[in-house]
Amino acid sequence: MDFATILQLLDSTVRSATPLLLACLAGLYSERSGIFDIGLEGKMLISAFFSASVAAFTGNVWIGLLAGIAASMVFAALHGLASITFRGNQLISGVAINFLAAGMTVVLGDSWFQLGGRTPQLVGDGRFRDITLPFAEAIADVPLVGPIYSDLISGHSILVYMAFFFVPLTWWVLYRTRFGLRLRAVGENPAAVDTAGISVVRARYSAVLICGVLTGIAGAYLATSLAAGFNKDMSAGRGFIALAALIFAKWRPWYALYASLLFGLLDAVGARYQNIAIGEFVIPVQFMQALPYILTVVILAGFVGKAIPPRAGGEPYVKER
Amino acid sequence: MTDAQSDSAPYAIELKGISKAFGPVQANKDISIKVRKGTIHGIVGENGAGKSTLMSILYGFYKADEGEIFINGTLTPIPDSQAAIRAGIGMVHQHFKLVENFTVVENVILGAEDGALLKPSVAKARKLLTELAAEYELHVDPDAIIEDLSVGHQQRVEILKQLYREADILILDEPTGVLTPAEADQLFRILGRLKDEGKTIIMITHKLREIMDVTDTVSVMRRGEMTATVKTADSSPEELAELMVGRKVLLRVDKSPTKPGQTVLQVRDLVVHDEQKVERLKGVSFEIRAGEVLGIAGVSGNGQTELLEVLGGMIAATSGEIVLNGDSIDLTGAKSDGQSRRKRGIAHVPEDRQREGLIMNFAAWENVAFGYHHDPKYQKNRLFMDNAAMKRDTAEKMEHYDVRPPDPMLQAKNFSGGNQQKIVVAREIERNPDLLLVGQPTRGVDIGAIEFIHKQIIALRDEGKAILLVSVELDEIFSLSDRIAVMFDGRIMGERLPDETNEGELGLLMAGVTKGAA
Repeated sequence: MDFATILQLLDSTVRSATPLLLACLAGLYSERSGIFDIGLEGKMLISAFFSASVAAFTGNVWIGLLAGIAASMVFAALHGLASITFRGNQLISGVAINFLAAGMTVVLGDSWFQLGGRTPQLVGDGRFRDITLPFAEAIADVPLVGPIYSDLISGHSILVYMAFFFVPLTWWVLYRTRFGLRLRAVGENPAAVDTAGISVVRARYSAVLICGVLTGIAGAYLATSLAAGFNKDMSAGRGFIALAALIFAKWRPWYALYASLLFGLLDAVGARYQNIAIGEFVIPVQFMQALPYILTVVILAGFVGKAIPPRAGGEPYVKER
Repeated sequence: MTDAQSDSAPYAIELKGISKAFGPVQANKDISIKVRKGTIHGIVGENGAGKSTLMSILYGFYKADEGEIFINGTLTPIPDSQAAIRAGIGMVHQHFKLVENFTVVENVILGAEDGALLKPSVAKARKLLTELAAEYELHVDPDAIIEDLSVGHQQRVEILKQLYREADILILDEPTGVLTPAEADQLFRILGRLKDEGKTIIMITHKLREIMDVTDTVSVMRRGEMTATVKTADSSPEELAELMVGRKVLLRVDKSPTKPGQTVLQVRDLVVHDEQKVERLKGVSFEIRAGEVLGIAGVSGNGQTELLEVLGGMIAATSGEIVLNGDSIDLTGAKSDGQSRRKRGIAHVPEDRQREGLIMNFAAWENVAFGYHHDPKYQKNRLFMDNAAMKRDTAEKMEHYDVRPPDPMLQAKNFSGGNQQKIVVAREIERNPDLLLVGQPTRGVDIGAIEFIHKQIIALRDEGKAILLVSVELDEIFSLSDRIAVMFDGRIMGERLPDETNEGELGLLMAGVTKGAA
């Protein structure tokens, strides 16, 4: 494997990891506040659809992005309503959101565009374009550093840079701000927060809505940056892989980055090496493509050691007598 | 502060005509209290007497249906906890409201941060913690994680939290329930200092000795009503107990000297490791004879729980031997489960009745049958259980043990703590076991029920059964035990006879101090 191939592989790793990272951070906010969210998938999907549709209508990808975020936040608010206000079962609410998104995107898409559930191909300003960072051309010829900078670091869409920037930002918010302290506390022991005179409900809603914003960006990235339009079920289980990454990362921001990159790498390897021959035996292409999903199952089954979720996770807060 | 001074001090808190109902239950009926500034006021009463409800109203957890609250002489409505905090009221709950995996500093500032960023608050809290540590003996490492601290220290963090919020009025709900005698004494010293600084303290407790030791005035509650408010110095434990229960109560169990028979239980070199492979019992040996109560004293977490669980068949032993009536007991194999132990005549009243003794969502009759549901008298035929027989049996037991309300169909969670415990005790004692294991039989149980449960345990002993009692309450150990063994760090530090020892000596043993050969 030569240097250029490695760079290409890493480059597609970054692209695959971006939506995972965004969704993983989204889940991190929600679950750190004590609201389990298996509806990441559905929120990404609904955002992908609305961002692509609105971008197609308006020809402006930024308006598309906002529409995607808004749609995702509406779904997040639904999840909040069910699990915070009405103290329902968070898993069931999440499942409902996934189903709702899967069905709604196809029905609306077919009725609006008559393209069999797809949205029109996005062109020009209807898509996020790759950004060339300053001096990328200039230092491209410098050995080692040049290609890394110009081929790997430069040349992604703005959403990729945003996603990576969210990692230190999330760390800072969680551990250095009042908001973060309360958010973490409310996921560990809401009674402590309540007796301190702070609203548990408000803290949890804020977390769930931030989760909506991030899944919104993730969905928009899928439809307007990675692809050029929406097609049916395009989130392809990434919401669940992000959940696995979140558990793998033990609900910590930097580890979320590493976990997302690992899954992204598997995805990139699976896409690039369709048939790997080991002597006589050829590993089938399906196996390579299934790799990220297999790892997801392995992680969710608890083979990565003890991951302790936020202690109040999954439980609606009821004031005790 | 002398009585003359406290008599003239203004009222820090005045409650006028507080009433609160939960559905048909009148938790507080027209309650009025006045507490002077700079005093310690005790509130005693049985479980369900309405003490906690009253304090929850004062702390803004509930809104009173009627009544007014005056703080320092001004009418202060308290619709929520935030208002209570603003009025200078701080509450230390019985079950601490701490975030267990946060540091001390994080817990202290939570909810009282100075701005959007944590840095200034953390610095301020650190400084204040050092000052308070010096001023009130409230030493805690600001960077320690809560779950690594002892309960005594966790309680200090709760107090520090309130002081950080500049609370002038401290409410403590059953503060010594989880403390060792030494920790409790230290808490009382701290409370004394706080009082000298002009803080007003309200302490809810059911331990009369503490009331006598630390409070200036005391109010007694019974069934939602305030039955009396007296100066502690003018009262006695007997009088308070009577006011609480509404009848004369025996504070010490009447028992005849033991007449020990043959050895029932022998435990030899018992070693137990927990799931994390930590050694919890490090070679424990003792024996109990028929007609004898062996009391195990110790600070909780020194292996008593594991000892009960091994004997009761809930966990497996690593090595050692347990002999019951001359035959050894299977410690690791197929017959090491609780069911087999029961068949051998070991009954077990577990330490945590809500988690191990009962299934809270199940009816009383189901709970009474549990563990003994294979009993022939509960079977209709080979296929079906005889529910009617179980219900009849439960109704009988409930009458015998004075469980209130005597309704076999009621879910376990709807009984008060004392009545729940009576259900467990009834189930286990009525089996007429050879060996009864009892863990914390009266934790969170009111005085009337304590008296009753103690009598039952002694009655079983007098029938010639062996009893292993584990309790963190030294009073209980002293009044029930025929012999006392003290556990520390998975070992038995020594055995004493109740008549030949005292709390001081046991306290030292509980802390792992042995005075040479003496």
